[in-house]
Amino acid sequence: GLALPVLADEEADLVVNGDLKMVTHAPAPAHLDGALSEVISGWVFRSDETQALQMDDFDNPGMVFVDKAMEVWNTVDGSEGKSCASCHNDPAESMKGVRAVYPKWNETANEVRTIAAQVNDCRENRMGAKPWKYEGDDMAEMEALIALQSRGMTVNVAIDGPVQSTWEQGKEIYYTRYGQLELSCANCHENNYGNMIRADHLSQGQINGFPAYRLKNTKLNTVHDRFKGCIRDTRAVPFKPGGPEFTALELYVASRGNGLSVEGPSVRN
Amino acid sequence: MKKLMITAVAISALGAGVAMADGVVAPGDVKFEDGAVAMSLTGVPGDPSKASELMDRKFGNCIACHQISALDLPFPGEIGPPLDGAGSRWTEAQLRGIVSNAKMTFEDSMMPAFYKTEGYIRPGVAFTSKAPEGPLDPLLTAQQVEDVVAFLMTLKE
Ligand code: HEC
Ligand code: HEC
Ligand code: HEC
Repeated sequence: GLALPVLADEEADLVVNGDLKMVTHAPAPAHLDGALSEVISGWVFRSDETQALQMDDFDNPGMVFVDKAMEVWNTVDGSEGKSCASCHNDPAESMKGVRAVYPKWNETANEVRTIAAQVNDCRENRMGAKPWKYEGDDMAEMEALIALQSRGMTVNVAIDGPVQSTWEQGKEIYYTRYGQLELSCANCHENNYGNMIRADHLSQGQINGFPAYRLKNTKLNTVHDRFKGCIRDTRAVPFKPGGPEFTALELYVASRGNGLSVEGPSVRN
Repeated sequence: MKKLMITAVAISALGAGVAMADGVVAPGDVKFEDGAVAMSLTGVPGDPSKASELMDRKFGNCIACHQISALDLPFPGEIGPPLDGAGSRWTEAQLRGIVSNAKMTFEDSMMPAFYKTEGYIRPGVAFTSKAPEGPLDPLLTAQQVEDVVAFLMTLKE
């Protein structure tokens, strides 16, 4: 048997800018019965110094990119002469609550959409602009602007109805042992969170903090980029960012964080 | 019937003969008995002095999951138990089995199989994210497994 996880900063509270209190520990959603009793934000597992960077927007290096994305929001691009603002006006209103419920079923398209997929759909089909690289900087920065409008709200991703089969597919991927090291997401993030894997302190691999500014590569990182890295590290061939497998996995992993606060843009090492 | 059986034996002996042309047991030919592997994979005694390198990041990366007090390697992980005293808890054959394929000893173990080349889902070449063009190499060579086992045998309580 493995040692029970011992958390270094179990008592630390995440309060942003002195007044926005985040839920970093929450009772696990019912669908995790028997797997986890509590869901915990990745922030809890970071060092004191990294934690502090996310507690004040003046220290959070991800915030610069939000300002950058705000300019893009207001800039016309593509053949239709439109900007995001042409249709969505002030993101503080139009994008409030969006991060908390994505990925989500799109009735018209008859498919599960991530925020990134929706943004590219708007770019291609409504603006006549080129789609952004799915896990590229433009997308990560726009996702940060969108996430910020829901910061502090509770993650509440639907798992039933039309998304259910996609959710099941994501769950299967989560528990599959990939690569020559034969490791699943669950091996590291469900059975060993709180433990050290060499110098890394394992979290539950939650995505409520995405996009995440990483001190390691000094930029914002998207969810699918992180998935890609974790699967590569099992000596496997990752799935394609934006593809059906990672979309399903994102829906499933997002739903494991139901009950936590939207934290993006977060700061990680 | 008897002739058929003799032929079968001859074929499997031939198979083993091919695999062992250089005296090395191929990954697919390792015989596990209750998780243990009695026969040396190479016939050449292991060199325990190689362990420090072999258990570090570039090779077995055992240190990612295990603490090993006898080696001066920083930031040992805590996924598996400390390996101190492993040579008192297990026989050489058991340790060879655990290092070759721990899942034969511990059901569903998180520990990777170090002397195995098949049965993977979406395997890639090391950390390149690229699919292999031919057969994969095992994570450790037969002699590296023997070196690691020889070292583990020195870890007495
Ligand atoms: C010409 C109009 C138009 C433009 C320009 C446009 N969008 Fe949209 N956007 C829409 C419509 C309409 C929807 C609803 C789509 C649906 O439900 O099928 C939408 C939905 C969205 C959503 C999902 C919101 C929700 O509540 O689920 C996001 C996020 C979004 N757009 C981001 C952007 C961004 C970022 C840009 C600029 C890069 C942009 N959009 C440009 C029309 C537009
Ligand atoms: C071999 C161990 C291992 C496996 C297998 C693994 N991860 Fe990770 N993962 C890590 C480490 C180490 C980190 C960085 C520390 C942390 O946040 O846990 C990490 C970080 C993450 C993060 C960022 C969390 C945050 O708050 O910033 C997410 C999300 C994640 N992993 C998801 C996954 C998913 C999904 C899978 C399966 C497809 C997976 N991981 C497989 C080791 C692993
Ligand atoms: C990804 C994690 C991981 C890696 C890497 C790993 N192990 Fe393990 N190992 C484990 C776990 C977990 C156990 C406990 C058995 C179980 O429950 O699966 C274990 C058990 C063992 C045991 C038996 C422990 C005892 O003393 O009772 C030995 C010996 C061992 N490992 C040796 C090694 C060696 C040698 C390497 C590297 C060549 C290695 N391990 C790499 C996870 C790992």
